[in-house]
Amino acid sequence: MNKIKNFIIAIAAFAGSSLLTGCKDLVVIHSKGMIGKDERDLIFTAVALMLLVVVPVIILTLVFAYKYRASNSNAKYDPGFTHSTKIEVVVWGVPIIIIGILAVIVWKSTHALDPYKPIEIEGVKPLNVQVVALDWKWLFIYPEQHVATINYLQLPVGVPVDFSVTADAPMNSFIIPQLGGQIYAMAGMKTHLNLIADEAGIYDGRAYVINGNGFNGMHFKAHVTSQEAFDSWVQEVKNSPNSLTTDVYKQLLKPTEYVQPQFYASVTDNLFEDIVMKYMMPGMDDMQGMDAK
Amino acid sequence: MNDFLGRLTWDAIPIHEPPAVIAGAMMIGGFVFLVALVTYFKKWGYLWKEWFTSVDHKRIGLMYIIIAIVMLLRGFADAALMRTQQAISVGSDYGFLPPDHYNQIFTAHGVIMIFFVAMPLVVGLMNLVVPLQIGARDVAFPYLNSLSFWLFMVGMVLMMLSLVVGSFATTGWINYAPLSEKVYSPGVGVDYYIWALQISGIGTTISGINFFVTIIKMRCPGMTLMKMPVFTWTALCSNILIIISFPMMTAALALLTLDRYLGFHFFTDTAGGNPMLYVNLIWAWGHPEVYILVLPAFGVFSEVTSTFSRKPLFGYATMVYATVSITVLSFIVWLHHFFTMGAGANVNAFLEL
Repeated sequence: MNKIKNFIIAIAAFAGSSLLTGCKDLVVIHSKGMIGKDERDLIFTAVALMLLVVVPVIILTLVFAYKYRASNSNAKYDPGFTHSTKIEVVVWGVPIIIIGILAVIVWKSTHALDPYKPIEIEGVKPLNVQVVALDWKWLFIYPEQHVATINYLQLPVGVPVDFSVTADAPMNSFIIPQLGGQIYAMAGMKTHLNLIADEAGIYDGRAYVINGNGFNGMHFKAHVTSQEAFDSWVQEVKNSPNSLTTDVYKQLLKPTEYVQPQFYASVTDNLFEDIVMKYMMPGMDDMQGMDAK
Repeated sequence: MNDFLGRLTWDAIPIHEPPAVIAGAMMIGGFVFLVALVTYFKKWGYLWKEWFTSVDHKRIGLMYIIIAIVMLLRGFADAALMRTQQAISVGSDYGFLPPDHYNQIFTAHGVIMIFFVAMPLVVGLMNLVVPLQIGARDVAFPYLNSLSFWLFMVGMVLMMLSLVVGSFATTGWINYAPLSEKVYSPGVGVDYYIWALQISGIGTTISGINFFVTIIKMRCPGMTLMKMPVFTWTALCSNILIIISFPMMTAALALLTLDRYLGFHFFTDTAGGNPMLYVNLIWAWGHPEVYILVLPAFGVFSEVTSTFSRKPLFGYATMVYATVSITVLSFIVWLHHFFTMGAGANVNAFLEL
């Protein structure tokens, strides 16, 4: 009686502890972008394949432990049984086959879901957004629209977006979890992330690599709206009073935390390329490298 | 800037920061209490002769395990602080730990749990068990064994010192560049990290060589490799991993030291440095490291189940082959720690398999 009570308490404690996980929104499972959905399916497939091995092993472990317990006189005690080719074939063969299947899946999906691979949709022109990780905020530059924002991203639904990502700060990682995977943002280097949003909504964007004390405040909201709403938003930003000139950018380089969204009606030409290139010039080893311009 | 003390001033003692004051006070209090206890019972001579200067593998193993448990308490305290902060800091409440402290705590938590709890538990267990299992009198180099332990202790002392003098790194336990470079971490925290890990890392590398030689050369007559107990096999593979991988960490941290102290540009953003190099080097060590920790644990599973089932291990030969394959494979998969760095699909897919 006492054993059953203890067992129930243990189960209840275990179940209760799952409440401590603090997940409010399973964004990877409820993905709103094509890339994210493919990645979720991939995760499920891989887990299912692996469970093919895991579940029997766990069940067998419990069964063996119970059947061959010391107090069970029915179980055969056979200390000479140390090898069985049949069992070895199964125990090695099944995982090898599963790994083979996983290998094919992984090879194909790694290429299909390569963040550098542009998403091609009939008749829809992709949107280019340039992302710069700063201390401790995200700068988004729309090169074709000639506007820029801080900690605020607006995207049209159903349009492939090609993010070019760099940093003017320690290494960081750019991610909008509900739309798909992440890519590192590194100074002096340009990485790409191709995403597409299937549904309108407001999605969290985060920084995923610790980059200092302001790391916690380095998040933004990605607003995915219809194409018309996006176009009118661009017009609205073009009417805002601020401009992202070189001097304003130098101010942005100063470390600030929990920055509210800012909007810039115009951007210096080639700002993104300059940010990438300034780390490539030899002898520029101070952060305010823009003095050389 | 003092000629003798460099940048060290009284400011290094964080008397204005409550978390550091409380932690430091508790630590100093505990230490003083221990010293007082030993003095009261007049056991210093005994401790020195029988334990601190011992070259006996069983004593050294036990000392490793005791220190690991002590550091587990500190790691656990770090975890409790982090979880409390996370529970409290909801909405507009920023909690009781400013970001600088929180970052130090979570970095220290990682470093302590890996380097000062898991590694000594594993190395201590190997110290205790392996010579007994192979019928050797002691390890191949008993003095070096003791040296390894004391190098590890120095690393541990540095970790504890960072509570009361200066601060610890805020870069996470793996300490990525460029955040760990002088530009972004000008304080002494990353230096504490580097020194603690380099010193205890040398101790571990020496241990690796020690046990490798012990197992290969000092088995009792008639014990061929395939007659060794399974735990000794996993210990052998784990030590092979130590010998091959720890020099990579030593090199990565040495290059970072050159960057920080002599203005080199291995991993900086500017002047031709490349942070991706640090990421690669440190994970090329980091992946074998986790297999160093887990292989002896697998050995323990096998030993315990076969002992309590009162029969020889089922599939001993295949267990050995599996362990050796893990040892070999663990060296070619380190990229899976940074898939999203943008290595391209072919590289990513190969290193995922």
